[in-house]
Amino acid sequence: MTTRGRVALKVVVWAVALTPLAGLLYGFATDNLTVNPIEYVTRELGEATIRLLLATLALTPLRLLFGWGWPVTLRRLLGLFAFFYAVLHFSVWIVLDHFFDWHTMGDDILKRPWITVGVAALVLLTPLAATSTTGMIKRLGGQTWRRLHRLVYVAAVLGCLHYIWLAKKVLVQPWVYAGLLAVLLGIRGFDASRRFSKRWAVIGSRG
Amino acid sequence: MRLRYSDVTPEKLYLSRRELMAGAIALAAVGCDAGTEAGAAAPAPAGAPLKATPNPAYRVQDTPTKFEAASTYNNFYEFGVNKEDPARLGHTLKPRPWHVQVDGLCAKPKTFDIEEVLKVAPLEERIYGLRCVEAWSMVIPWIGYPLAALLKLVDPRPGAKYVEFTTLKDPEQLPGQKPGFFGGGTLDWPYTEGLRLDEAMHPLTLLTVGMYGQVLPNQNGAPVRVVIPWKYGFKSAKSIVRIRLTDTEPKTAWNKAAPQEYGFYSNVNPGVDHPRWSQATERRIGEFRRRNTLMFNGYADQVASLYTGMDLKKNY
Repeated sequence: MTTRGRVALKVVVWAVALTPLAGLLYGFATDNLTVNPIEYVTRELGEATIRLLLATLALTPLRLLFGWGWPVTLRRLLGLFAFFYAVLHFSVWIVLDHFFDWHTMGDDILKRPWITVGVAALVLLTPLAATSTTGMIKRLGGQTWRRLHRLVYVAAVLGCLHYIWLAKKVLVQPWVYAGLLAVLLGIRGFDASRRFSKRWAVIGSRG
Repeated sequence: MRLRYSDVTPEKLYLSRRELMAGAIALAAVGCDAGTEAGAAAPAPAGAPLKATPNPAYRVQDTPTKFEAASTYNNFYEFGVNKEDPARLGHTLKPRPWHVQVDGLCAKPKTFDIEEVLKVAPLEERIYGLRCVEAWSMVIPWIGYPLAALLKLVDPRPGAKYVEFTTLKDPEQLPGQKPGFFGGGTLDWPYTEGLRLDEAMHPLTLLTVGMYGQVLPNQNGAPVRVVIPWKYGFKSAKSIVRIRLTDTEPKTAWNKAAPQEYGFYSNVNPGVDHPRWSQATERRIGEFRRRNTLMFNGYADQVASLYTGMDLKKNY
């Protein structure tokens, strides 16, 4: 891809990724965040997080399925946006929803599984965001860095659980996200098992 | 003191031009009807003024929620699962003609025309708290009369122990009842709810036909619903077509969907958490900070005696 193409792609990704935030700011400015704004903002930020996380996890499957290399160049950007929205989502919960009522929030984290897994997902994403720079990749070494960043799979599963467990059972949306995640992880899993059996075949033929 | 609703935007301003035109056509049709049936009362459209006498004995002190909020932020899954769906799609419901069948274990079962329902007892305005199981709340001036007045007309038999409410089932009028994207629906339609007979006869239990000085908007359960202010909102069945007296505890819609989460009683109780979230606090719509939820939504003085000796943790 040309440099200009890469720049254009990044501009598009920035614009798309910032749309949910822009929508909320516009809603705030025009007093249009529903009559229960805190709940609405929390939900929108959570949705943005899970969508961006799924987008991040869709890049490698695109390469595996279609042989496209260019999507992977967007991985860091999309991953950091997912983290950005997760932090906003969590901050709204702390500041607007509970207004620093640490006792209640602590209780919730310990007693409510859906909050426990949500907070756990954010905790897992934090070191990934912190080690997202090129310098950190070099410092950790490629292999260690890759291993560490496999935590994103766990975080995504926890994120989907968070949504499934908080929503009323009759709602479809959380299951759609979980299904998408299953497909995306399934493609990687299939590829990994194929590579694994190939390697075995090679070792076997040597013997 | 009489409440004033001058800060409330008339509902007509919300109507799009298309809806206005549909309304004009409907009005024209009504006009024809009135011509042929001389003397028949014109149906009261949602939003029309409705006279009622304020009852100061049933009036919470908190400021009522804005009409705009109470009529646009609704859980009424018959129109869809989102809060804004009922206001957006409510126009598909036709609150006239309407009949309410009252039957079961009673000496004089009867099917009431909605116009008869309106005249069973004098209409009162009562300002009640509304606490949703989702931990938000409102304060709403309802118009209606005690459900007991209607139930007495059909003369419940001694064996009657419970009352079952059934909401209209008609996917044409209630599009949320259409089969969902994956074949399944959201709830098992029609929506049913229930009360013990003594709860149903309690003076707080209001058969409701209006709010904010107006005929009940479709999205709030037109043309007739119940309001049981000491229970979570979903107990207050909307758009009722049948009220049945029975000797067995009625199956209720949310209990069928998630039995561990929504019990038959569903009394507002800050001490009994929903399995997934706390019920200790609530967000009053229009306020920033959460406030503490009160036992029986603040109606403990009036209703606690109904549950003497009962384990309210078990009977959630």
